[in-house]
Amino acid sequence: MTTTPIDAAVNAIVSPPPVLQVQGLSVRLPAGGDRQLAVSNVSFDLLPGQTLCVVGESGSGKSMIANAVMGLLPRPHVEPVAGQIQFGGKDLLKLTEEQLRSLRGQRIGMIFQEPMTALNPVMRIGDQLAEVFDAHMSLSGAEKRKRIIAALTDVGLPDPELIINSYPFRLSGGQRQRVMIACALLLEPQLLIADEPTTALDVTTQAQILQLIRELQQRKGTAVLFITHDFGVVSEIADHVVVMQMGQCVEEGAASAVLGRPQHAYTKKLLAAIPKGVVRDVQTERDDHFVLQVQDLNKIYNTGGGLFTKGRRVHAANQINFNLRRGETLGIVGESGSGKSTVGKCLVGLQGFDDGRILFNGKSLYPGSNFQAVAKSRIQMVFQDPYASLNPRHRIGAAIASGPIAQGVSPDKAKARALELLKLVGLKEEAYDRFPHEFSGGQRQRIGIARALALDPELLVADEPVSALDVSVQEQVLKLFAQVREEFGLSMVFITHDLRVAGELCDHIAVMQRGQIVEYDTSRQVLHNPQHEYTRKLIDAIPKLAAAPVLDDVASEEVPA
Amino acid sequence: MKNAFWRRFCRNKGAVIGLGVLVWVALVALLGPLFLDYGPWDMVDAPFLEPLSPDGRWLGTDTMGRDIWAGLVHGARVSLLIGFVSTVVSLLIGVSLGAIAGYFGGWVDAVLMRFTELFQSVPSFALAIVLVAIFEPSVASMVTAIAVVSWPPVARLVRGEFMALRQRDFVSAALLAGQSTPRVILTQILPNAVSPIVVMASLMVASAILLESSLSFLGLGDPNQMSWGYMVGTARTVMRQAWWMAVFPGVSIVLTVLALNLVGEGLNDGMNARADGKR
Amino acid sequence: MNRLQLMLKRLFQGGVAILAIAVVNFLLIRAAPGDPVAVLAGEAGASDEQFVAQLRAQFGLDQPLSVQLWHYLSNVVQLDLGFSYRQQQPVLDLILERLPATLLLTGSAFVMSLVLGVLLGAWSSRKVGTWVDSAITTVALVFYATPLYWLAMMAVLLFTVQLGWLPGFGYFTVGSGLTGFALAWDVFLHLLMPSVSLALFYMAVYARMTRASMLEVAQMDFVKTAQAKGVHPRRIHRNHILRNALLPVVTLAGIQAGGMIGGAVLTETVFSWPGIGRLMFDALMQRDYNLLMGCFLVTSAMAVLFNLITDFIYTLVDPRIEMA
Repeated sequence: MTTTPIDAAVNAIVSPPPVLQVQGLSVRLPAGGDRQLAVSNVSFDLLPGQTLCVVGESGSGKSMIANAVMGLLPRPHVEPVAGQIQFGGKDLLKLTEEQLRSLRGQRIGMIFQEPMTALNPVMRIGDQLAEVFDAHMSLSGAEKRKRIIAALTDVGLPDPELIINSYPFRLSGGQRQRVMIACALLLEPQLLIADEPTTALDVTTQAQILQLIRELQQRKGTAVLFITHDFGVVSEIADHVVVMQMGQCVEEGAASAVLGRPQHAYTKKLLAAIPKGVVRDVQTERDDHFVLQVQDLNKIYNTGGGLFTKGRRVHAANQINFNLRRGETLGIVGESGSGKSTVGKCLVGLQGFDDGRILFNGKSLYPGSNFQAVAKSRIQMVFQDPYASLNPRHRIGAAIASGPIAQGVSPDKAKARALELLKLVGLKEEAYDRFPHEFSGGQRQRIGIARALALDPELLVADEPVSALDVSVQEQVLKLFAQVREEFGLSMVFITHDLRVAGELCDHIAVMQRGQIVEYDTSRQVLHNPQHEYTRKLIDAIPKLAAAPVLDDVASEEVPA
Repeated sequence: MKNAFWRRFCRNKGAVIGLGVLVWVALVALLGPLFLDYGPWDMVDAPFLEPLSPDGRWLGTDTMGRDIWAGLVHGARVSLLIGFVSTVVSLLIGVSLGAIAGYFGGWVDAVLMRFTELFQSVPSFALAIVLVAIFEPSVASMVTAIAVVSWPPVARLVRGEFMALRQRDFVSAALLAGQSTPRVILTQILPNAVSPIVVMASLMVASAILLESSLSFLGLGDPNQMSWGYMVGTARTVMRQAWWMAVFPGVSIVLTVLALNLVGEGLNDGMNARADGKR
Repeated sequence: MNRLQLMLKRLFQGGVAILAIAVVNFLLIRAAPGDPVAVLAGEAGASDEQFVAQLRAQFGLDQPLSVQLWHYLSNVVQLDLGFSYRQQQPVLDLILERLPATLLLTGSAFVMSLVLGVLLGAWSSRKVGTWVDSAITTVALVFYATPLYWLAMMAVLLFTVQLGWLPGFGYFTVGSGLTGFALAWDVFLHLLMPSVSLALFYMAVYARMTRASMLEVAQMDFVKTAQAKGVHPRRIHRNHILRNALLPVVTLAGIQAGGMIGGAVLTETVFSWPGIGRLMFDALMQRDYNLLMGCFLVTSAMAVLFNLITDFIYTLVDPRIEMA
């Protein structure tokens, strides 16, 4: 496109040149992958002071773009084969390693997804920050220390002097992510690349980190390239959006346009899959029979400890009380460390408990060998990690049938049952003889559900069954849960960290914090009229979509996690 | 699945060579004696004959006129036999103890681990010497001594694997379905623990052979069996005159042990593709 | 857990281990076929009526097992390891005479194998895929398959018999009357071959472990973070990869220490090095079981000590264990 000098001058005044310009980028995958190009002909511009979000599900190639900009692709296996990445007047793809290294940390900063493994465990935090200086310039020790303390204060960490001398194992996930941000922004780069930095964090921590990034960006005028799979995050921080599917950019534009008036079918599908905040109501005809009654449940973990050291006591479940009528669904919602998984394991007998009672159909379940004698496998569980919940050496048909067989059902009947269930969960009959590695995450979760159903349970406990799945797949699996619940008249306990999901699927919600239930009521009450401060904090932290119905707007306190 | 394993195994050229050497050694051990009309203890010629002497003793003779090649052939039998048998015994002990410790955890694990650590804190070769010395050298005492000394590492490995697998959701699912404990251990956990055990087994055979040869070198071998280590032992005092007495048996040991290590690495490659999802 | 607590705990465990080994010692003698007194007296002593009677009284062999065990253990704690009839000296004296030589040999071999092994392993991991890597891994593989005694003999064959560069026998040149620096040099020349031949096997072990560990650590997230900061590759290699990769190698060194001390028996035999290993071999040949078991107990104690040392080194290298 030719522009006259006057046009160019005008353009420069009206719209400054982009910090980052990706043009027709294509990245090749090694042979034998599921497709030839990880990234195919992607182009976008990032203007100074702007935030551009690259959104997509797993395998869409979005992280590849970030790595390509930083020059961190595992060459020669993965190689850019076309296009340019213009930064600071140069094509990054054509630079030498030396030149790229001088840009990294100085003009371009990057933060990664997993804060727990992102810092060197045997090096002090202060030294890891000082490295950034040492790599690009030479400063006196005192000067470095001063600037490091300033940077740590900037990211909201208390006691920077203490942190400088500490090792990473002392910090929580959220705190480590703040340290990473401090590292990345230490030399005030023009561009910050954030590769899913909040995906591994709790919802409340995520909200704080997003706000921190926003603040720092406004203060320093940094351009941010933000990789994520969460449209809620996009709506909170993006100025500009690029939607990726299978390596291609299917939609691109200003955030308000893409979120409010999506054009491409895929974008529409992704947006539709986000829980809208529709709340399930309590059923009008309530069975009076209590399937499950939990009274004063307590479970204490003693970790560590030995001949010379005291262990730590963790009160994972503290005076837990709730009831479940037949056909109802209870959601247990909490962040990591809330104890919700412990409660789930106690309910199915995988974990003993120290105090209290669990009554199943009026009969008391005691931990240990007595549990199954009373429960008779009528309480089943669907697990979180689809990649670990199926035995890799067993064919899935046999895995589903093995349950009934262990209960005394004849192998033929068990097989017939298994085939029936496979059809019910939406898989073909041929799947019976296949191995787990031949299926996707969503399909494996369906198999897990089929396996649990094969034992004809009365109570189904689902422990974060959709947390590890892509958003579009989540919706399908949740639909399956609802369908199965109707068809089999199941009572369910649904454990999750996502209040919206709980609201959609469950008629009652119990919110857990640090081992205790802090709120327990119908879903509608919990979501629209929360009583406890923690519940309000959770609701507030949910990244809200511009189009979503507004939940109660309440003030919340900021505590750096 | 079988084909994928072989494909990955064969990609490791060292492993393929190692396998070839092993097959050769096994053939020599099995068929070699059939082609000899005398044994390794028979004094068939003049002593101290050099290799490639005109009389057909192509590897020479030792201090008593015994044929070196015959010694190698029979030594192969002893080495392979003792190596494999002691490894099997070692595995039986180690896998059982490790599985029990790893599966049940708690005080069972603590007691078994203290017991294992005790064995590991003793220099294993010294313990083997003491055991064989006290129980009189023979094939049986040697196999026992080597097995007793070699089981701790495999027990630790199996314990680690079982502890990790025990936590996996598919084991929980099997327990929820009402499967009994022995069934869970055998059908759910063990098949997934097999590959590291197999890899370790091949390395254990290698170290068993080294251990056997060292014991024989010191004169603690079965006095009726010719062993490579023993041959090197007899050469110790006559190195100046008869270098070949030490070199050939030693090279045989090195080649066999090397081959076993290479095969072990090949097995490791062959079994471990699924971890990263690639075929 | 802090360092002092950890070391105390290990010290305690070590003490318990040595005591347990003493018990095992005791049981093994009793388990041997035949009369335990005959076993203890050894081939030579068994014919001496008086000595046998003395032993019988000393060990109280007509008393219940638990009393015998108590006697034995209290003797061990007081460092009374019995009497060697053959050599006509208390076992403890014989062992103490030979201890320095073994410590010199195993100590130098331990340090050499660890330092060189780590350096070579780190170098080959840096140059993975090149000829340097292939060369180092192949050489390591071969040494890992070589019996210690055979390597020692081949070294003697080459350097003493063929080339005459190094002495292949003993601790120092007997009767030469050297002192001071000249003596030290003489000892050094005598130490060189035994120490290196003992070290080579373990050098291979540590090189392989270091290489594998470094390649594994290089895949970890924090290395990527360091790259994203623009840190120089050599610095990443040293501060990030090596420092983390060393931890499992140090742990392995502790476990292998026992192997090295046991292997010293073979090296000392080939080189006629006057250490405990040689003593053990002589005791074996002479069927002097009292001496043999004494050597066994002491070598086990040495292994426990080496383990403690490597545990201590580990606490220095891993900062997650705090200062006392």
